[in-house]
Amino acid sequence: MPTTHPPAVRSWLENSADPESVVLNIGPSHPATHGTIQIIAELVGETVKRADVHCGYLHRGFEKESEHHTYHKVIPYTDRLNYCSALNNNFVFADAVEKLLGLTITPRCKVLRTLLSEYSRIADHLTCIAASVMEMGAMTAFLYMMTVRDYIYEHLNHLTGARLTHSYVRIGGLARDLPQGWLERLEEVLKFTEEYIARIHGLLDRNRIFIDRTRNVAKMTTAHALNWGYTGPILRSTGLAMDQRKDAPYLAYGDLDFEVPVGIMGDNYDRYYVRMCEIDESISMIRQCVRLLPDGPINVDDRRVMLPEKEYVYTQIEALIHHFKLVMEGIHVPAGEIYVSHESPNGELGFYLISDGSTRPYKLHIRAPSFVHMGGMHTLLEGYQVADIVPTFGSMNMIGGECDR
Amino acid sequence: MVNPDLQQELHGQYEEATESFGMPELRLRAENLLAVVQRLKSEFGFELFLDVTAIDHVERSPRFDVVYHFYSRPLNARFRLKVAVPENEPTVPTLTTLYGSARYMEREVHDMYGIVFTGNTDLRPILLYEGFVGHPLRKDYPMEAEQPIVNYRQ
Repeated sequence: MPTTHPPAVRSWLENSADPESVVLNIGPSHPATHGTIQIIAELVGETVKRADVHCGYLHRGFEKESEHHTYHKVIPYTDRLNYCSALNNNFVFADAVEKLLGLTITPRCKVLRTLLSEYSRIADHLTCIAASVMEMGAMTAFLYMMTVRDYIYEHLNHLTGARLTHSYVRIGGLARDLPQGWLERLEEVLKFTEEYIARIHGLLDRNRIFIDRTRNVAKMTTAHALNWGYTGPILRSTGLAMDQRKDAPYLAYGDLDFEVPVGIMGDNYDRYYVRMCEIDESISMIRQCVRLLPDGPINVDDRRVMLPEKEYVYTQIEALIHHFKLVMEGIHVPAGEIYVSHESPNGELGFYLISDGSTRPYKLHIRAPSFVHMGGMHTLLEGYQVADIVPTFGSMNMIGGECDR
Repeated sequence: MVNPDLQQELHGQYEEATESFGMPELRLRAENLLAVVQRLKSEFGFELFLDVTAIDHVERSPRFDVVYHFYSRPLNARFRLKVAVPENEPTVPTLTTLYGSARYMEREVHDMYGIVFTGNTDLRPILLYEGFVGHPLRKDYPMEAEQPIVNYRQ
């Protein structure tokens, strides 16, 4: 196709702005717009009158790629949606495919997936809070949280072989069982996390500067949040205890005892506080999972999806053919369509999967919370100061990979 | 059960009611869409508009299905609506009058499938760039096609 030099997407603000006001462009490449996003704001003095939020700079054609790959080969792509909590994306995708196949995962796998979902949630919330307070100048809190987050990533690295993009799930199970000593180290990391979370509470909760920057900034009501499609911690910060782990328990959440923290005012401070409380809940849930963790296999015993044991592949022709078929052709997933959603750290992460009976998805669409959240962000910027754009954007936890796919 | 109640209440406004993996689904005509969604929102509490996307059935006529997902907090249920649209006139009414979140999501479907949401005043490209030719998620858009915004270095 011929290459042209089309203009960048223009904002209607450039023409319709009041001549008295200033039109300010922030991003897509700006230290505070981590994840490439562009905010064009019409300013009256220091106040944002109107804003136009534009995303798409990280679009990689995930959905198109998925239609051309076998189900197992889609897993590494799902890692790169929300790369701060890649395991959560892995598990939703696997869940969708398993439901179409009619597979029930083993009890050990179920508890392990729950444990790892919560573990990733802690890492994700830490990243979000760390980045947003760092932009407000809270360097100590940032370094504390990054330290904890790195302990978690190193620990997950021990399990999965990668710090960020784990690709740990398999259709019908997991890549491998826990290595020796993993659970002991887990308890160490959790203790460390608790200690540091307490320090961060001490540094920020009653800090005058932090409160002034976040309290009553970008406030919204529950009705407003629902109208603009907000889910997850952002919706809960407005006071509505909507959480799929409670409302429609999946994995092992039905067996766990936990609270759904909610905010009061739906402002930046509440979003910070709800995330901090969710970290506490996640730590408690992980400990419950460790107690619940049953012995047994982690993979289902189903020849349609599982590779045969290596010793048979090397000694028996049937097992070799079986291995070859599964690797070269892929899994045949029965025709059907399904929408599966989990409570990801950011909100409702939904996978809409259509299979035509072949070994590749006919269509795979992601309901990405970040993308929907960006659609309503201008309403939270308008009426506040320019300096409030940064903490508000930080509290949204926009992840470029998931937003732009 | 959510589905029989809804089917009874909305009788005559849809063409077909099905269910897949516990998710109720209604297929309706584009002209009934706004009225049905309005009732779903006000009478059944489907206040959260989760998602809109499209499916390209290349061989079928009408070619596209526009798929909507909603969530109702009072019923604690999700719900799917489908509207078939033909290739020569791919239009459906916008839901921006009912849900703010429709604004962005409809822009994405317009990008990817070329579905026109009548009434949505802002259908600028969102994930693609201005001047992009074609709709990448249509099945006849080749995987290998490249449209670099800046020419590759020789």
